[in-house]
Amino acid sequence: MTDHANTPDTTVTRRGLLAGAGALVIGFSLPLSGRRGALAAADDGPVWKTSDEAAQINAWLRIGPDGSVTVVTGRSEMGQGPTTALPQALAEELGVPMDRVTFAMSPVDPAYNNTLFGAMITGGSTSVKSDFEQMRRAGASAREMLKAAAAEKWGVDAAELKVENGTISHAHHSATFGELAGAAAEMEAPKDVALKKPADWTLIGTDVKRLDTHAKATGQATFGIDVVVPDMLHAAILQAPTFGATLESVDAKPATDMKGVAQVVELDDAIMVLADTWWTADQALSKLSPKWTGGAEDLDDAKVDRVLTEGLDAAEAAQAVSEGDADGALSGAAKTVEATYSAPYLAHLTMEPMTATADVRADKAELWLPTQAQTWTAGAVAKAVGLKPEQVTIHTTFLGGGFGRRAEQDFALQAAQASKAAGRPVKLVWSRPQDVRHDFYRPASKVRFTVGLDEDGLPMAWKARVCCPSIAQRMLPSMIKEGVDPFAVEGLTERAYALPADRSITYVMPELAVPVGFWRSVGHSQNGFFMEAMIDELADAAGMDPLEYRRKLLPQDSRHRRVLDAAADAIGWSEAPAEGRHRGIAVHESFGSIAAEAIEVSVDGDNKVTLHRASACVDCAVAVNPNIIRQQMESALVYGLTAAMFGGVSLKNGQVQEGNFDRIDVMRLRHMPPVEVRIIAEGDAEMGGIGEPGTPPAAPALVAALRRATGKPIRSLPLTAEGFTFG
Amino acid sequence: MALTLNMTVNGKARKVTVESNALLSDVLRVNLGLTGTHVGCDTSQCGACTVHVDGVSVKSCTMLAAQADGATITTIEGLAAPDGTLHPMQAAFKEHHGLQCGFCTPGMVMSAVDLARCEPNASEEQIREWLEGNICRCTGYHNIVKAVKTGLTDMQSGGKVAAE
Repeated sequence: MTDHANTPDTTVTRRGLLAGAGALVIGFSLPLSGRRGALAAADDGPVWKTSDEAAQINAWLRIGPDGSVTVVTGRSEMGQGPTTALPQALAEELGVPMDRVTFAMSPVDPAYNNTLFGAMITGGSTSVKSDFEQMRRAGASAREMLKAAAAEKWGVDAAELKVENGTISHAHHSATFGELAGAAAEMEAPKDVALKKPADWTLIGTDVKRLDTHAKATGQATFGIDVVVPDMLHAAILQAPTFGATLESVDAKPATDMKGVAQVVELDDAIMVLADTWWTADQALSKLSPKWTGGAEDLDDAKVDRVLTEGLDAAEAAQAVSEGDADGALSGAAKTVEATYSAPYLAHLTMEPMTATADVRADKAELWLPTQAQTWTAGAVAKAVGLKPEQVTIHTTFLGGGFGRRAEQDFALQAAQASKAAGRPVKLVWSRPQDVRHDFYRPASKVRFTVGLDEDGLPMAWKARVCCPSIAQRMLPSMIKEGVDPFAVEGLTERAYALPADRSITYVMPELAVPVGFWRSVGHSQNGFFMEAMIDELADAAGMDPLEYRRKLLPQDSRHRRVLDAAADAIGWSEAPAEGRHRGIAVHESFGSIAAEAIEVSVDGDNKVTLHRASACVDCAVAVNPNIIRQQMESALVYGLTAAMFGGVSLKNGQVQEGNFDRIDVMRLRHMPPVEVRIIAEGDAEMGGIGEPGTPPAAPALVAALRRATGKPIRSLPLTAEGFTFG
Repeated sequence: MALTLNMTVNGKARKVTVESNALLSDVLRVNLGLTGTHVGCDTSQCGACTVHVDGVSVKSCTMLAAQADGATITTIEGLAAPDGTLHPMQAAFKEHHGLQCGFCTPGMVMSAVDLARCEPNASEEQIREWLEGNICRCTGYHNIVKAVKTGLTDMQSGGKVAAE
């Protein structure tokens, strides 16, 4: 039933948005009355309630009689902070202090589309970049409407009014936003508004406290698993254990005989038990012995390795980069370095398992769920249950982690099918083993580099062959150009370093039955490791310090070089580490930002690794909320380190072997070294993303440090599979 | 078999009738509507479901509700004062941004409050050890340690006022 052909394609590409966001016209449309109607629907949701008396000034903003400001956003909150940074941007122009600002999640409506994707999607580290100008315009427009209301009330010229701290004043008059909101909502919205110059910002660029911490620290925040809908049933699910297998038959009786069980629902590739509690449903599920048929039973780790290696050796390949004559140049190299790198399939492991609550009726459907892709979900659900997308209402809850996993629609479709079958609302919650075994994994990948060095040890010929399963094939097929999936090669094809003029990068798309999808930083997650680990090996081959080698390959005025220098400085690179300590450093650009990280380790005689210190620096050009950026850099570092240290699922008989946190480890508090984070936000560059760029440099920095500590090449992850343990 | 259980939950006497195999986490979340207690693994490995039973932190996803008959239970919803004044540990998590997505936070806070009972002056290392069984996938962990350290200090000084 997980019919991913349902996923709408989009012609907006990530690369396009990174390259050409400046040329994009922000679709700032003022709300129509229909929009106001649509927005009202958001108030019915269980997530946030706002005063009924609040005046809606435009699609993104409501002001209550008490002067409280509610900013409405379509960007999902999964911890990365858009529900603080975006209201902060709006409040800057509106002229209101942040302690009066709160936020609400929008319904599905084009007004709330990610301006870079043309759909309600939270991903690609775009949330703040996408909505930054729109939010400021919404705030400025509202400010002018409030001024117009005050000017009319007092019979004065609006240009003479002063706006400060949620109050509008004139020589003899003063009124709060709350007092003016009702009249302001009736004012004509200005056709154009001037935005403050960055030099005049007083809120943007400051460490405004997150707006979501109170609800989360008190248990009041509603996540997907917390949704309660009257009369709902609870569903547990068992999906075909072998990738690609389908359900042949199941005797439902052992489950339906149990007290509290309402129904067993069969899907093409799964069974669900619906009961009065989730635990009852899950217990009943364990009583069933479904027969599955087909699927990729011959799939195991050895086959993955074989297929990827065959791709490296294949005679035919698509050309991702073809510049000059790499083979010719190689023949004249003073030294040739060849290395093959590999990375495993990775599960996302969000703390909140996959979940959705659905109420599907004959003429409408309503869903409450943690999702990164509201537009896709509405479309896919509509198609699955025979409705039109506009008949589907989506209530976005808080997300207990996303990392790309919640851009998928599988769990929403299952909940919708269950509700349709039961004729009642159903809350589906996956168990952790289901979550681990039925992910859309970060693809396993292999790259073979062949690099020719000149007399000085600098690259003069560059070849790489990439073999990596395609994400775009299923999700965004139009992005595949001349056989190359851009997600498979991103991070390898760019030219931040002064790479040789003679360069060839080829790509082979293997067919493997493991579902793959967006995982925090996507192709950069493995390619950042491959690229930077290779550069590090080249530094060794050239007999140079890895920082110096990189600096030599980066132009004097390069942003990469500045970020690298800052990360090096933060870990004290110029001073040799203490006896027994070793360092690694890496820099990588992704999602419009450049991030560098350095790590200091020691390794004992049993290959037990201790992480002592780390540094991280990001150049994101514009820093809306530095504190959240620091949090995200630490977060991305942990996410990348967890993958490097422990990450990876293993396959046998077409099934993922791991199920719960006992078999699939993550970085714990005791592993985490002190981190110094630095932010560079200056110059004229466009705002970069923040959610993902900190992940790619983590693995290569750690691997470089371990390589120096042990003197052995490390070209495969995770490190636990290479014999390392982490104390 | 259905059982009738009596518990004091967040200061209120509660009576629930549940099946004998019902889990404490399910009873809190479903029967009592206290959804602040989260379930992330169903096997007591992630710590999101941590609550206090008779003042001691337990992982409620692997405890039968029947075992809590007659017990006094505190969940994340019961930490703040009735007037909304945050518990010092909640206030510290808020102040130090000891959370991002926030799913693990109720368990982290409940575990940290129990640390005050065992080691009121816990060092950073002891904090890290104590929270070994609480997984977070979003933060860089450091803000959690900072928050717990501040929370422990403020609990001793009678609590910093952070009413909302």
